[in-house]
Amino acid sequence: MADPVLELRGLSKSFGALKATDNVSLTLMPGEIHALIGPNGAGKTTLMGQISGKIAPDAGEVWLSGQNITAFSVAQRAKLGLGRSFQVSSLIPEYSAQRNVMLALQARQGHSFRFLKPVMRDSGLREAARAILARVGLDARASVESAVLSHGERRLLEIAVALALKPKCFLLDEPMAGLGAEGTARLVSFLHSLKEEAPILLVEHDMDAVFRLADRISVLVYGRIIATGSVADIRGNAEVRAVYLGEESPA
Amino acid sequence: MSLALVLEQMLNGVQFGLMLFLMSAGLTLVFGVMGLINLAHGSLYMIGAFLCAAVAGATGNFWLGLVGGLTAAAAAGAVIEIAVIRRLYARDHLDQVLATFALILILSEAMRLIFGPFPLYLNVPPALRGTVNLGIVDYSLYRLALIGFGIAVALGLWALIAKTRLGIRIRAGESDREMIAALGVNIRALYTIVFALGAALAGLAGALVGAIQSVQVGMGEPVLILAFVVIVIGGIGSVKGAMVGALLVGVIDTMGRFLLPRFFANFLDTAQAMGIGAALASMLIYLLMALVLIFRPKGLFPAHG
Amino acid sequence: MDSTRKEWLLNALIAVALFAVPLWALMANEPFIITLATRIAILAVAAVGLNIALGLGGMVSFGHALYLGLGGYVAGIAAHHAFNGTPIFAGIPGTNQMLIIWAIAMVLSGALAAVVGALSLRTSGIFFIMITLAFAQMGFFFTLSWPAYGGEDGLPIFVRNQFPGMNTARPWDLFLIAYGVLIFSLAVFALLRAARFGAALMAIRQNPDRAAAIGISPFGIKLVGFILSGMITGLAGAMMADLTRFVSPVMMAWTMSGELIVIIILGGVGRLFGPVVGAALLVGFEVFFGGLTEHWKLWLGLVLLGVVLFARGGLIGLIAGRTQHG
Repeated sequence: MADPVLELRGLSKSFGALKATDNVSLTLMPGEIHALIGPNGAGKTTLMGQISGKIAPDAGEVWLSGQNITAFSVAQRAKLGLGRSFQVSSLIPEYSAQRNVMLALQARQGHSFRFLKPVMRDSGLREAARAILARVGLDARASVESAVLSHGERRLLEIAVALALKPKCFLLDEPMAGLGAEGTARLVSFLHSLKEEAPILLVEHDMDAVFRLADRISVLVYGRIIATGSVADIRGNAEVRAVYLGEESPA
Repeated sequence: MSLALVLEQMLNGVQFGLMLFLMSAGLTLVFGVMGLINLAHGSLYMIGAFLCAAVAGATGNFWLGLVGGLTAAAAAGAVIEIAVIRRLYARDHLDQVLATFALILILSEAMRLIFGPFPLYLNVPPALRGTVNLGIVDYSLYRLALIGFGIAVALGLWALIAKTRLGIRIRAGESDREMIAALGVNIRALYTIVFALGAALAGLAGALVGAIQSVQVGMGEPVLILAFVVIVIGGIGSVKGAMVGALLVGVIDTMGRFLLPRFFANFLDTAQAMGIGAALASMLIYLLMALVLIFRPKGLFPAHG
Repeated sequence: MDSTRKEWLLNALIAVALFAVPLWALMANEPFIITLATRIAILAVAAVGLNIALGLGGMVSFGHALYLGLGGYVAGIAAHHAFNGTPIFAGIPGTNQMLIIWAIAMVLSGALAAVVGALSLRTSGIFFIMITLAFAQMGFFFTLSWPAYGGEDGLPIFVRNQFPGMNTARPWDLFLIAYGVLIFSLAVFALLRAARFGAALMAIRQNPDRAAAIGISPFGIKLVGFILSGMITGLAGAMMADLTRFVSPVMMAWTMSGELIVIIILGGVGRLFGPVVGAALLVGFEVFFGGLTEHWKLWLGLVLLGVVLFARGGLIGLIAGRTQHG
């Protein structure tokens, strides 16, 4: 069996008496989409924060392709290949869609301490950004300021920025949120093709999408993973049905 | 260096610190409740001093002057809040700094227009003139009264915040702005009251200090900067932090100016020792502030989270 | 016409005007006007420096007078020792060469900004504003109480420092030097803004979390921006000292830091020519209203208040519309 791309080993974080994550372990294998689901308040946001480096865990480790990155900063992790999208679109508001992607390309290529050559005259950077925007279907909107883009377009731009990082794995935080049926369907087929490039850890509320996409699913409840398995395993798991599906019927 | 001299300087430091507290309390409340940086707080101090001197000069009664200064500063605070400040709450810090910087220019020139270019003088009230014997040192009665006054106001402020309805609202405003609106508190009025209260405290400090300094345009800004140092050290938004910070700044600044030149005189000639000692002493509290921020980036008593 | 082209046209117009007015003054034998234009150019250089930190990086430094003053004291101290023929220390002689002085002023300002920035950037928001103010106050009180170079009374420069091929005693020559440095600093600003560094710095201002998530570490980029910012303001300080032939602690006063911010706001934050317009407005205001009434600062305050409350893009924003990033 191949080595996992991303591995969480016993991550725990408490805020006062509240255990936001409690001994969470999971793996993300090459070529898979591993969905993380759970009711509101299950600790998904805290877990994403711990993986991306925003929140330091009280205990446990994060490994990325065989390297312990627990002590690394957000920026260091991103450089090592953690491609993260945000739950609430978080772009550079005054930059156009194209510049948002160019910034990610620039960050991936190395440091930003270049002081003389104008970015916008860097045709390599521009064309690469255009190509990525075309992949997510945003090429016609390349020169629009991201603050002016529609909600759905911003979600796609989030994905494009993550793509530009050419990460070792994607960390997608509710990419379907607010997309509507048609947008969700398009994104589902896109993510399906994306997993060949790099595996995806997908946090998502839309259960239909999760069941269609995921190779494996982990269920997080009160900070703990109560089950991990295939779609069929999770659908059939009595505990999951009781604590999760019972409370919140699939959309 | 006698013990008496050290004691006298310590008392001076405490007195200075308590006056700084009066300035800082309003500043820190305004930041804590409304999230506003108010550079014009020093102008309210100046208004308090000018009006106190003017009223005391006209009536011959210091206490009437004190009431006049305090009232004028509170009124000016309320007017400024309604006319300008409330437009700034939703703005970023840069806009707040600039708009209140503009207010300093406006208020300073307004004072110059009204009272002319020359300093005013305010006499210590007759009942508080002279010195009082504290065992080993004869200390200025007025300064001692300032210490007492400062403590009394601090206690009053504590009671106001801890025990009254207004205090509950102020504390609610510090922790959660949306919540007090949801509770049906009139936020606009609350903000005006908090701002006027801070202005009154600044005006009171200006009036009290006016009797031992000359009252002139520009007197507010050095105190303003010290008050900022105080609240940054104490933790912005925290009244307790302002008290601790004010006493620290007051005592360290006063003792530094007193002790450092004497310290350097042990191994340098007098002129050099005075120069280096004075230079270092004047930087001391800023050094303290930088150190506090480096090790406790949110101050000694962080008010928010 | 789109707003980017409009802004470029406006910029060109401003650059030409700032040259043409003193040129006219030279013909009309009005040295006072030439000196005013020189002052505008130097203040603009100082504000261009601050605009890197504030406009591009969103770092509200309320202590940039520190670098202005440091640059000023470098010029003053070098000239003082050159004039007296005494070494500064350890056998290092003074100098009256502007180019050498500028280099030293920039290196020292950059070094000081590195220290101040490294410590201050640990904080943010109001704490950043206050800690930068505190460092500038340290400099102010240090120069005020340090007796060796005049302390409170300041330090005169008896003979203006020299520039190769120019007679710096003549106002027009000095203006040309200042104008040249202004164009240089504007070019630096424009290059930085357009380059990868500027893209990263402006992105961090708008959304530091996003920048980190794509692998751009905010601290390093901001620190370098802060250092470059301090260097250019330090350069302006050295020139300012030569213009007034005098340095004093007032150059480091907090009001000076405030004025630099005011200049940027009057012109337009983050705009290439914002500092030039702002400096011209401030100096023009002082001269024009200062001639009419001794209470001109009252009117300055009212105008500034009006700009902050109602015209946030500054004058360039009013004329050219809001910024566009391709």
